[in-house]
Amino acid sequence: MRPDEISGIIRTKFPQVTEEAGTNHLIAAKESLLEVAQYLRNPPLALDNLHCITAIDRKEKMELVYTLYSIVERHGVTLKVCLTPQDLNVASLAALWKSANWLEREVYDLFGITFSGHPDLRRILNPYDWKGYPLRKDYSDPQLIAKPRL
Amino acid sequence: MDTQQTKDIYTEEFLMNMGPQHPSTHGVLSLELKLDGEFIRECTPHIGYLHRSMEKIAENRTYTQFIPFTDRLDYVASMNNNLAYVMAVEKLLNLELPERAKYIRIIVAELNRVASHLVAVGTFAQDLGAFATPLFYCFREREKIIDIFDQICGNRLTYNYIRIGGVQFDLPAGVDEKVKEFVKYMRPKVDDYDRLLTYNTIFLARSKDIGVLPREMAINYSVTGPSLRGSGVKWDLRKDEPYLAYDKFEFDVPVGENGDAWDRYKVRVEEMRQSLRIVEQAINTLPEGDPTVRVGRVIKPPPSEVYCRTENPRGELGFYVVSDGSVYPYRLKIRSPSFSNLAVVPELVKGLKVADIVCVLGSFDIVLGEIDR
Repeated sequence: MRPDEISGIIRTKFPQVTEEAGTNHLIAAKESLLEVAQYLRNPPLALDNLHCITAIDRKEKMELVYTLYSIVERHGVTLKVCLTPQDLNVASLAALWKSANWLEREVYDLFGITFSGHPDLRRILNPYDWKGYPLRKDYSDPQLIAKPRL
Repeated sequence: MDTQQTKDIYTEEFLMNMGPQHPSTHGVLSLELKLDGEFIRECTPHIGYLHRSMEKIAENRTYTQFIPFTDRLDYVASMNNNLAYVMAVEKLLNLELPERAKYIRIIVAELNRVASHLVAVGTFAQDLGAFATPLFYCFREREKIIDIFDQICGNRLTYNYIRIGGVQFDLPAGVDEKVKEFVKYMRPKVDDYDRLLTYNTIFLARSKDIGVLPREMAINYSVTGPSLRGSGVKWDLRKDEPYLAYDKFEFDVPVGENGDAWDRYKVRVEEMRQSLRIVEQAINTLPEGDPTVRVGRVIKPPPSEVYCRTENPRGELGFYVVSDGSVYPYRLKIRSPSFSNLAVVPELVKGLKVADIVCVLGSFDIVLGEIDR
């Protein structure tokens, strides 16, 4: 299916899902994430492969990006969820896609976003006793090397 | 832990640490094993020993400066990493490449795929106890590929050859003959591996029906690459979402039947043959012209975000690049194939013996450099 067809299907089912300007990424509300994900997982869209989860720290908000693909239908969707810095918590998708387990742990480790319902939310790349969340824009470390001058 | 006290002997589950320093973990991976005798009840991997915070570094480097860092992700297949990253940046820039650049990229990427699969096959056999001989054979062939790369870009392991807008240098004179010679040399060697290893009784006994990864589980865990195809899923980005000029070449996508360790190994051997086919077609139809397009020294992509994935020897390597219009990436996420492939291992090794962990890990061909990033 083409991206605009998929977007159309999702947005008729969930009217509150919006499309990001400039890209064809879909933005879901934090509360409805699990419901939307459940719908994407099953036919007709059958997005059976949660390929990548990442976050972007936009300072005033935190964006979570889910990249989904379907091996059967051969199409893909990028789903975004925006979080406020005061409430960095979202439902875990580990029950729907097993790959979410480690990917969510990575996001938790580097951004400090917690996933409720995650079976084993521990740090994964940094040591278990690490302080702070390195990929946040306000993270500082004395050993961090400044940007090279051009 | 459960302790069962019988008359004078007692058994109990115990914890064993495998790694981080262990030859069969192919790097620094630590597996915490809960054992019942020799059988594995639970396996918890601990990763991050090689974490060099590549994604944070990327935010403090320009787009070109980050290319050498990608070499150090999956250091067995550096060319393919360069390619994946550079393609993501080019997608941001909306850059159209000359045909010659595409062909040269395909040639080096496929040669590197063969080199990487040679390491995978050699070390897998070594892990299973075929001590030294297969590894030496594989490294003998790999050396020839590295010689070619040395001639092309002057490096033997971290190439930094594929650049934004093309490649570093055009192919030097005489390399095309060398590549053709290598393809001719390599074909019978792959058949040799089949005779030596693939149908060897001991090899079959060690790897058949070990670590069976069912089709649905592989997709659910987002396993990609030869490990996914070993489970019978015919999915290869070079075929299904062709990038560069892969749609112009004829090649097959080999798949396994049962999804066991042997199938994953077999897919790799078969892929070497297919890669040689691609290299041969590409070198014979190499277009003339300039292999680079001028992009200027300061690269400032427009504010946007892209996700670009390519088929690496280990699976799908993806780069999620966010640009804010400056010379530095605002955010760069590396989706590495080995990371997702390793996540499925604890599930597969339950109930197997300790020696089989080595077999399962070897069949996934993980590289810790790209897992820890």
